[in-house]
Amino acid sequence: MKPNKIADDATALPPWEQLWAKIYTFSQQQPRWFEISLVGGAALFLIVIMPLLLSDFRLDLLQRYLALAIVALGIDLIWGYTGMLSLGHGIFFALGGYAIAMHIKLQIPATASNQLPEFMNLYGVTKLPWFWHPFDSFPLTIIAVFLIPAILAAFLGYLVFRNRIRGVYFSILTQAATIVFFNFFNGQQKLFNGTNGLTDFQTILGFPISDNKTQYGFYIITVLLLVGGYALCRWLTTGRFGRLLVAIRDDETRVRFSGYDPTGYKVLVFAISAALAGIGGAMFTLRTGIISPRAMDIAFSIEMVIWVAVGGRATLVGAILGALLVNYGKSLFSEKFPDIWLFFQGAMFLIVVLVLPNGIIGWLRTEGIDLFRKIIRRPRYVATYPQLEEDPEIQRERETLEP
Amino acid sequence: MNGKILEIQNLTVSFDGFNALNNLTFSMNTGELRVIIGPNGAGKTTFLDVITGKVKPTKGRVLFKGRNLRKFSEHQIARFGVGRKFQTPRVYLNLTPRENLELSCNRQKNVFATLLKPTPSGERQTVKSLLETIGLTAKADILSGLLSHGEKQWLEIGMLVAQSPDLLLVDEPVAGLTDEETMLTGELLISLAESHSIIVIEHDMEFVRQIARTVTVLHEGSVLCEGNIEQVQSDPRVIQVYLGSTSEEAAH
Repeated sequence: MKPNKIADDATALPPWEQLWAKIYTFSQQQPRWFEISLVGGAALFLIVIMPLLLSDFRLDLLQRYLALAIVALGIDLIWGYTGMLSLGHGIFFALGGYAIAMHIKLQIPATASNQLPEFMNLYGVTKLPWFWHPFDSFPLTIIAVFLIPAILAAFLGYLVFRNRIRGVYFSILTQAATIVFFNFFNGQQKLFNGTNGLTDFQTILGFPISDNKTQYGFYIITVLLLVGGYALCRWLTTGRFGRLLVAIRDDETRVRFSGYDPTGYKVLVFAISAALAGIGGAMFTLRTGIISPRAMDIAFSIEMVIWVAVGGRATLVGAILGALLVNYGKSLFSEKFPDIWLFFQGAMFLIVVLVLPNGIIGWLRTEGIDLFRKIIRRPRYVATYPQLEEDPEIQRERETLEP
Repeated sequence: MNGKILEIQNLTVSFDGFNALNNLTFSMNTGELRVIIGPNGAGKTTFLDVITGKVKPTKGRVLFKGRNLRKFSEHQIARFGVGRKFQTPRVYLNLTPRENLELSCNRQKNVFATLLKPTPSGERQTVKSLLETIGLTAKADILSGLLSHGEKQWLEIGMLVAQSPDLLLVDEPVAGLTDEETMLTGELLISLAESHSIIVIEHDMEFVRQIARTVTVLHEGSVLCEGNIEQVQSDPRVIQVYLGSTSEEAAH
């Protein structure tokens, strides 16, 4: 095709199509900057525009779901990319939540007669258990929010992966671990306030938690953390490392025979995904004002997997979208049909498995694109036959033969 | 390049009392192209499993370049320089041929080097020339899942070479290929044999005749005989195990 022909076409197009064409060229020539501006734009939209559009109640929900989307990114990283189905991410979520909650509980005014969280008095604890001491410090708590889940995951993962436990057995083990942790937190009233969990938050760094401004601050931090999590996962999944994750997912034996030890890779990815779950759990807890062993309910860990399945495995945007959609659907249905909304959730999962096995984004990237072309623009221009146009060998011959 | 690249001494492998390999002794010189044949159940695949560390010897030992492989796991043995091609082509279907080759070509296979260091340009060049060799340049950037069976076989051989091993273990490289592809594969292996030691396991006698210099016949987990193709084919014991008792009568 001659270059001046494109120019002619461009001037003939209506202005919005010209803009569209410009955006398209930009996305093709500078894919990285295009993505950065898209993500940045979305973040700005969430931070600046959304609070104006939504009521406080809806914004509250949105922040919860954005926190859950951080968790979904982690699930996508290990399940979508590396093929390990963890059904125990509730543990890491809860650990992050308990860490930040305990820090808040320890912010007791110096004038107070009792220098312990109130539930401890209730159970007759007179001295703060040693492992809670570091949580008095804010920086240590922030580190603990992601480091404790990461270390726990790395430890469990190392034992499991070194012994080459995979697939269903890995999933069952993570479920078992969830039950163990649930019972432990549930049973230890003196340490974790048992079933009731940690609640009744007052201040963090001196800011009153229930204040609208503080909550808006949490909202902004959640959005930024989500962007950061997305950038991290994006960095991990592109390039050689990401391709190796896919290789481990598709054929671990081959990876071994190519000279790689999959154990280290799996441990690292599992730890990172646990850290993301911890961060999500902390931000979720700040908004809901409570963390209890129910976060380690098995159903909740399975729900996390559903978000990713609905959005699309091995597509990071899909994980975020899935978490937001499923949870919004859940709250909409539970408001409108309080009795039967669980059926809707089940139905949604079934539909995804049967009709959209690659999730929403997976579908958009394959059939969706063609459908979109058909509806919005002209179908893809094909000069000869589709088979010929899409065969790379023929395209290459054409390029080399035709001047 | 002198000396033995691979020595196997009195090797026995048993699975629940069944000896898949039975007191097998085998050795191979550096730079040799060896073909191993044998009827079904002769222990050919187990033989490769032991060399690559997938199965541990019950008795006896495997020496690769003089080093006993018993205590090493698959990835360590692969890093010593043993490359293996599986019977059915095993390539990463959701990656492109170029990415497949780049993963195998990577010299530093630990976690953080893979994560933090960019692919060196030398490796990119190697990958490019390998794509040329295996005839996949045009299809370098489509998903490997879309390749034909023969192309996958070739891609896997390419992945082996990318690993730059000293010893290539090739399990039935021409299963399911057309006659033309078979011949090309034979030529590829012969040209690879100039710079590598290769063990090929194969059923297809036509193909064995094309590439074989020395042939080892396995039977019931031991070496039955060894020699060039004519010697092996005229050996009465080989005829017997391949054709059964009827030919034994015919031979007498």
